[in-house]
Amino acid sequence: MAEQGYNFAYLDEQTKRMIRRAILKAVAIPGYQVPFGSREMPLPFGWGTGGIQVTASIIGRDDTLKVIDQGADDTVNAVSIRKFFARTAGVETTERTEDATILQTRHRIPETRLGAGQILVYQVPIPEPLRWLEPREAETRKMHALEEYGVMHVRLYEDIARFGHIATSYDYPVRVNGRYLMRPSPIPKFDNPKMDRSPALQLFGAGREKRIYAIPPHTGVRSLDFDDHPFEVQKWEDVCALCGSGDSFLDEIVTDDRGGRMFVCSDTDYCGRRREAGHAGPTSRNGEADGA
Amino acid sequence: MRPVAAAGNGSALRPGFLAPVADSQQVFRRVLRAMSEPGSLQNIAVDLAPPAPLDRATAALCLTLLDFETPVWLDAAADGEEVRAWLRFHCGCPLVEETDAARFAVMAAPSEMPALGAFPLGSEAYPDEGTTVILQVPSLESGEAVTLRGPGIEDCREFRAAGIAGGFWKQRREMEALFPQGVDLVFASGASLAAVPRSTEVRF
Repeated sequence: MAEQGYNFAYLDEQTKRMIRRAILKAVAIPGYQVPFGSREMPLPFGWGTGGIQVTASIIGRDDTLKVIDQGADDTVNAVSIRKFFARTAGVETTERTEDATILQTRHRIPETRLGAGQILVYQVPIPEPLRWLEPREAETRKMHALEEYGVMHVRLYEDIARFGHIATSYDYPVRVNGRYLMRPSPIPKFDNPKMDRSPALQLFGAGREKRIYAIPPHTGVRSLDFDDHPFEVQKWEDVCALCGSGDSFLDEIVTDDRGGRMFVCSDTDYCGRRREAGHAGPTSRNGEADGA
Repeated sequence: MRPVAAAGNGSALRPGFLAPVADSQQVFRRVLRAMSEPGSLQNIAVDLAPPAPLDRATAALCLTLLDFETPVWLDAAADGEEVRAWLRFHCGCPLVEETDAARFAVMAAPSEMPALGAFPLGSEAYPDEGTTVILQVPSLESGEAVTLRGPGIEDCREFRAAGIAGGFWKQRREMEALFPQGVDLVFASGASLAAVPRSTEVRF
């Protein structure tokens, strides 16, 4: 049951209408950043206010919400946003990826493949992919209008010249439907291929920067690269210490002050469900952290 | 200016949504789904008794998306005293006479509509300022079949809308070259709606 004294999902109806119109235009022009009148929320900018405003404008009583922060359902940002919607909208919440109709995320895409009808809402700190290359908004807008994206290729090339490979590992720039250059928010580039032709709708909200953009389902999303330096995702020597998964994104956890460390899945729902299904990693089998 | 709350011919102003918060959310999700999966039919399940000649889906779209920030252009068929009074009271939207001032256009007789290019298409820098055109049609199951491709469509999808102007799809197809500028189309009929955003390629 939603708490008394608030409108459903906190935002007033006029704000929701304004954001809904922006979302529809964002879907109609994939990858283009639609300006919107971002509101002050009861938590600071930088804590996912853009994603929260998008979620608040789309969510209904029948929805089931999942919120993740770096893949985990139980970190502070995820817990507080989930509580916020449980209180102001009275909606069901879940940690199971496939049970959610709306998933709000900070910096990861779940390992479990999303399905048709699901909506993934990203929290975005800086929406403009060209911002660190060109600080003036009037200029970056013109660059998008003219499809003038050479400067981003130069930046990736500088990586190759300096390190021998493209060293950018998160917030890796993409082209949406062959047109707009888009910043996927600080997800690891490991997750970039999941955006391509996803059957789910992907919405991006940047609260402080006041922009909304979107990728409709089944839309081509290509990570920028070169013929002789094709796009590659991260790989690990290890498997997840808890569930043994060899194909999920791994976090490195420091276990003691003598150099002990282990690698575990960043997606807690995926990892937990694999363990429930009987999968085990090296740590679970030994019964203790290996401290290698 | 005409009076705001008084409906023409003395009849009482018709009500809007019975549950404005829940109903507009439900309708928005249908139109969001329609826009993300171009050409797919979505059904609206809200109670609504709109003024003639508006269908339920058309009226529900108005209540969900229009307010004081959205100048609206009505075609001659939709432009009646009762509709004007109803829109002014429930949406508070400015009603404009010139097509080039419209953020939304509502048409009850799309067979006689003006050229799509008469509406704002947005600019190269701000293509989101292109108009959303709501076309109320007699049916979304008959009429010339066109094939849609593009974002939101896995391979291709067939789409039909009855009662639209001859040459409409040709106009729409020519507009594809202007992308990202353009207009976004929402079709409404009875309690059904479908959308063809500017990113969709139309072939026939």
